[in-house]
Order: sequence, then C-alpha cells, then structure tokens
Amino acid sequence: MHQFLQQVFSGLSSGAIYASLALALVMIYRATDLVNFAQGEMAMFSTYIAWTLVQAGLPFWAAFLLTLVISFTGGLAIERIVIRPVENAPVLAAVIVTIGLLLIFNSVAGWIYSYTVQDFPSPFPDRPVFGALMTTRDLGVIAATLVMLSLLFAFFRFTATGLAMRAAAQNPASARLCGIRVGRMLAIGWGLAATIGATAGIMVAPVLFLDPNMMGGVLLYAFAGALLGGITNPVGAVVGGLIVGVTENLVGTYLIASQLKLTVALALIIIVLVLRPNGLFGAAIVRRV
Amino acid sequence: MAPILELRALKAFYGQSEVLHGIDLAVEDGGMTVLLGANGAGKTTTLRAICGMVRSEGEIVFSGKRLERLATEDIAGLGVAHVPEGRGTFSDLTVEENLRLGGYTRRNDMQAGIQHMFGYFPILAARRRQQAGALSGGEQQMLAIARALMMAPRLLVLDEPSFGLAPRVVEEMFAIVERIRREERVSVLLVEQNASLALALADQAYLIETGYVVASGSAKTLADDPQIRRSYLGY
Amino acid sequence: MAESLGAAPRVRFSAGRYAGPDSTSWRWLGLAALILLAAALPFGISKYHVFQLTLVMVYAIAVLGLNILTGYNGQISLGHGAFYAAGAYTAAILMHRYGVPYWATLLPAALICFALGVLFGLPALRFEGPYLALVTLAMAVATPQLLKYFETWTGGQQGINLVKPSPPAFLGLDRDRWLYFLVVVALLVAMRVAANILQGRTGRALVAIRDHPIAAAAMGIPTARYKTLAFGISTLFTGVAGAFSAIVIGYVSPEGFGLFLSLSFLVGSAIGGIATIGGALVGALFIEFVPNLANDISDAAPWALYGVAMLLFMYAMPRGVVGSLQVWVARVMRRFPSPNAAASDNSRECKGRTL
Repeated sequence: MHQFLQQVFSGLSSGAIYASLALALVMIYRATDLVNFAQGEMAMFSTYIAWTLVQAGLPFWAAFLLTLVISFTGGLAIERIVIRPVENAPVLAAVIVTIGLLLIFNSVAGWIYSYTVQDFPSPFPDRPVFGALMTTRDLGVIAATLVMLSLLFAFFRFTATGLAMRAAAQNPASARLCGIRVGRMLAIGWGLAATIGATAGIMVAPVLFLDPNMMGGVLLYAFAGALLGGITNPVGAVVGGLIVGVTENLVGTYLIASQLKLTVALALIIIVLVLRPNGLFGAAIVRRV
Repeated sequence: MAPILELRALKAFYGQSEVLHGIDLAVEDGGMTVLLGANGAGKTTTLRAICGMVRSEGEIVFSGKRLERLATEDIAGLGVAHVPEGRGTFSDLTVEENLRLGGYTRRNDMQAGIQHMFGYFPILAARRRQQAGALSGGEQQMLAIARALMMAPRLLVLDEPSFGLAPRVVEEMFAIVERIRREERVSVLLVEQNASLALALADQAYLIETGYVVASGSAKTLADDPQIRRSYLGY
Repeated sequence: MAESLGAAPRVRFSAGRYAGPDSTSWRWLGLAALILLAAALPFGISKYHVFQLTLVMVYAIAVLGLNILTGYNGQISLGHGAFYAAGAYTAAILMHRYGVPYWATLLPAALICFALGVLFGLPALRFEGPYLALVTLAMAVATPQLLKYFETWTGGQQGINLVKPSPPAFLGLDRDRWLYFLVVVALLVAMRVAANILQGRTGRALVAIRDHPIAAAAMGIPTARYKTLAFGISTLFTGVAGAFSAIVIGYVSPEGFGLFLSLSFLVGSAIGGIATIGGALVGALFIEFVPNLANDISDAAPWALYGVAMLLFMYAMPRGVVGSLQVWVARVMRRFPSPNAAASDNSRECKGRTL
C-alpha cells in the first residue's frame, strides 16, 4: 500500500510536468487548430538556456525568470516568423513546419551543447517527507506547477488581453471586428506556451538529466494527456497530464518495466480514447454541414 | 453634407470569381442607408468588402480615409462597427465579456460604456453573467448590436439583423436602432431582406441584383416604385 | 485559419490530369521520356548511386501508400513506418527462416499489411485529426520496442541478415542494376494501380469523404467501408515497399524502423504533394538526398539544415512540389481557355435606374 501511494505521488509529480506541456499544446491547438510538435524541443532549448545562465553564475531563480522572459520572446518570434507563412496553408504544411522546427531545435542544441548528458540543479532539495510518501522535490514541482496554472488562469480570466486572446481563439473573425489584432494574440499565445514549456523543462531536467533528447518522451506523454483530457479543454489537459503521469508510474512498477512501458501506457490511453473518442472532457468536434 | 461612407466602382472577389461588378454607394453622415436584394445578390459581400474581409478593387472612402488596403481590425479601430450575418457573438463568453470585447479599443471608460448599453438594452443587464450562447435569438442580436456600439463607432454596419427573429422582436430592435441613431449620431448602413420595414426606416436605399446596383434613390421613392413593389414588397 | 487537410484546388479532381485537348498526348510523351531516362540511368552511374536510386523508388512506393490515405482520404498517419516494418520483417522472416525466394515474399507481405491496415482502419474510424495522429504516433513508437521484444521471430536487437538475390543469368546485369529495374517496374505498376483506383469510383468516393464526409454519407457512400479500405490499400502499398527494402538492403533491424522513418514518410508525402501520384517520387527523392546534402554542407548540425529545407519547401510550395505545379498549370490554362469553351462574358449590360 505504501509503495502504491508512493508511486501515485511520484506519478503526480511527473504528471504535473506532462500537464504543463499538455496545457501548452492545448493553448496552441485552440488558437490555431495545430499541434505544435516542436513544443518539447522548444522547452528543452529553454532549459539549456537556463543551464547556461546558471553555469555563468546566476542564482537559480534569477536564471529561471530570465529564461522565462527569453522563452516568451522566442515563442512570440517563432509564431510571427516561422509559423505565420503557413497560417493559411493546408494543415499538413503547418504540421511539417513544426516537425522541421523540432529537428532544428534538437540539432542546434546538440551542436551548441553536445550530446553529453548534464546535471541540472534543482531548487528543491530531494528529501523524503510525509513518512517517505513523497519527496520535497515532488512537492516543489507540484507547487510550482500550481502557481503557474493559477497565474495563467488569472491572466485569462481577469485581464483585457487574456479576454482578447480567448476571443481570438474562439472566433477570430468576430475578434477582428472588435479591433483585436488576432495575429498578435496568436503570437502572445505561442509566447505563453513557450514559457509554460520552459517551466516544465526546468522542472523535469533534474530528474531526467539534461540532454537534447530529454523531452521526446515527455512530449509524447503530454500529447497523450492533452488528448485524454480533450484537446480543446485546458482543464482537461491538466487532468489528462496528471492521469498519464500516474498511469506511467503504475504501469512501470506493477505491469512491465523498461522497454515496453511506453507502449503499454500508450495502449491503455488509446483504449480509453476508443471508448471516448473526444477525450474525457472534450467537446465533440462539431462539423457545420 | 458629405457622405460618411462612399463606395466607388467597388468590385469584390471570392477566389477567382468576381461577385460585385462595380458598386457605387454612399451613406449620408447621420443617415440610414439600406441595401436591398434577393439572396446571393451581393449585399453581405458588399459589407464584407467594406470591412476588408474579402478581396476587392475600387475605392472605399470612410470619413475621408481610404479603407481598401487596411486590415479588418484597423478598420474597426477607425470607427466602423460591423454586426455580421449570424450575429458573431462569442457564444462561450458571458454577456459582459462580449461587451468588454466590444470596448476593447476604448478601454478608458469601459464601465460607463457598459452601463450606457444596459440603458438601451435592459434585457442584457439582467443576463450580464450568462453565456451568450444561452440567450435567445433576439437577445443575441441585441448583444451583437450593443457590442458594436461599445466601440463608439461613427458608422454602424448591420447585416440582416432581423434574420430568424419574430416580428415583434424585430420591431423592438429597430426601434432601439433608430433611437441610437438619433441620440448617438451614428450613421447606419443596413442590409435587410425585410424590405418594407427597412424602407420605412431608412433615408436612402439601394437595390442590388447579382452584383450590380440596379436601383437607387430615397427610400420613399423606391418604396413607391411599382416594379420594386412587385418584386420585393409583395404587392 | 488553415484549410482542411489537402483540399485539392477546386479546378480539378486531384489525380493530375488537366482539361485540354492535347494533354493526354503530352502526358504519354512525358512519361515515355521519364521511362527512357530511368532505363538508361543506371548504366551511367556508380553502383552505390544505383542502390540509392533503388531505395528512392522503394520510398516512393511507401509514400504513395501514405498519399492514398492522407491525401485522398484526409486521415493523417504518423505511423506508416510500422507497416513498412511489417512488410520488411515478413519478407525477411520468410526468406531467412523458410527459405522462400525473394520474389515470392511480395504477395504475403502485401496481404498481411493489407489485413493489418483493415484491422487498424476499423478502430481508427473513431478518431479525428489529432487523435488519429496520436494513435498512429503510438504505433510508430511502439514498433521498434515490439520488434526487440519478440526476439525469437525478429532476431531482436541484432536483426536479420539476408542473402541478396542473384539476378537471372541470361540478363547479364549485376545485382544492383537488376534490383533497380525490378523496383522501377514495381513503382510503375504501383503508380498505375493507384491511378486506376483513385480515378475510378473508389477515388471519387474517397475525395468526397475527405471534403464533405456528411454529404458523402447522405449520398449513400458507405463511409466506414471506404475509409477502412483506404487504410488497407495504403498499408498494402507501404508494406510491399517494406518487403522490397528488406530485399534490396539485405538487412532488417529494429533501429531502422523507428519514429523517424514514419516522420520521413510524412515529410516526403507533404513535400511531394499529398494528393498526387507523381509527388510520391519527388518526396522520396527529398527524404533520401536532402539529409545527405545537409551532411555535406555541415556535419555539425545537418538535421537543422534538413529542418530548414523542410520549412522553405513548405513556405514556397505549401501543397508540395507536384501539388503546387498543378495549381500553377491550372492558372496558366485559365488564361488560355480552350476554343470550345463557351464565351462567358462577365460584362453584362446593366441599366441601373436612379429614381
């Protein structure tokens, strides 16, 4: 029993990471009908930037904040420069562009930082707590994720820009008629998604260790989590990510270890999706005839 | 009095097809102009061309400024408020959020603006926290108009506001629109299929058929014209 | 907002034929020229280049399979590598364990991959857009893991070494050139079959289902059956390509059939033009040669250059090379309407009345 709870909490901790990345994916999907396959690599690159700043002597939280700012700007720039040309092109063209972006980030990171695995500092000490049920690091990750989600929620609910972004995602034509620059809102959306990704990357790097291929598996789980929750539902994305995290851990502990863990976890998720093809909380994609 | 909006030789295109073949139209400052015509005539296309939502050639002059090369959001910022076909409300957002979005470009006196709208449309005040999608058709239309007015526009463009609404609701709505026109000194460009009601309200009228203006003049004259009566007014 | 997946330009049914009196003769001429070129080519270049071109054509058959699914049916698959692997391992196991001659492995590979495709097509019908992407992505990721797991059959991590086929003596060709011609014929057959399917009832049904699924169903097209069929045909093509890859390369191992392969097929499909037949060859050329080119230019970050190439192609030709060509040709043809077309005069005399 004790081990079961341990695994659940540990799963919640990794689930928080998946939830964050899933949220980033959902944000971009709601705005542009596009799955940003490069989200993981962008997060990895941000994490490397944080690492560089820490190596240069900056205290952790200063490096963290600076990285968030840089990531936001980067995400914004990518939307305006890389994604804008295919905004009105067939969906597949945009998908290929995100795949290309994935390759570019991965390759450039490998080139600049080499493929040697690096240690990444964690701001949270790794001490067991609550009778060894979880560690302080797990708590720290979950807490950080909660803080970030609350800030996001407040932004979208209470600020004018947040409202404008929601409007632009739901109904871009009407938003334009209100004088909202939809393109700018999209860019901000990508900036925020990049920031979320950076947070996820920095949280997970101490556990997975930093290397250019760090986020591949994370992205896959995040994607699964986002779909499990319903690709159009931000709350669903968070819940989905948490469920995936716990599932992955439990499968790894009780069912099958190493190689096939990913396959089995994905298989389970897909079985759920077969029963609920739009995810647990997703709205059916309504087609206007 | 100079017209607040003038269209000169306006052509519009959907892809490769030309659907408007050179429209000339003017809206008097402070007046109400109505665009009549059957389905597919090009009325909505004209409104969309004004707001930069379709590809067009020709001149669109609003208050001395040329609109042809501007983006939709910039045109909105200049003072043209468009209530599109089908209302265009944000159905997942609340009534109040919809109004806030209307006031996005004029954020200084948002609260005052909202109260002002509640003055014109008391029903919206009662439903301010409800999701727009839960409102009835007539209420959604009022919300759409209120949202447009939150922009403090100089020109209000309405696309088939009576669509799908019961006659009493339509009357009520047009009464409010007329009141707004006088009190806010807003010019109105109206597209309507409900020809008799529209002609009763408007000053000027244009009749469009398959992309051409086939008749124009004061609303009264068009309403009295026997051919138009037969084709569009039913008697 | 992005358009629907692979929506063909309104001008034509997207199989590459265009209206005009002499177009058919032009096409036969072009095809004949290409065939002549293909026949002469292997004798002017090195064995390694022949091998590369053979591989290109194998990829082209695989990408053609993906085109049938994604381009004509609108279902995005990120997992076709799995079916390619199925075909390759079927051929490899038959040849290695049961001594089946190489040419006899093609039919079993085709049938097995068709069956797998129908099997996956059935549940896949429940999924739309990103959901289907995830399911197929899971298949691609699972493939190398499953291949390693079932060691007794697949040889696990080591893979299976195969004896490359000997060319028939009377032809006097060496092995590489023999395989080249074999695959050329296979590709031509595949293209012909694809064209027949896609230009007939099945093809029209598929396009209808892609563009207006509700209307198609309302017209009585058995949507489920055609979608599943499309999946099966698509995996058949890719599976046969996989079998050929085992024969031509002479080696299969789990590493060669991972996620990157599936992504490459998708990239090839998009670069060439997803709703085209000729695009499959263009896409295959891209995925085979551009990485090598990128490596020549910079061995520090070659995949970054590959990624940039992908971006640039999509910016310039979002419908793929062949797809965009079709659009441009259509535009040019519109400026020179055929003499039969009735003169549609837009300048109607209209007497507007001012009252």
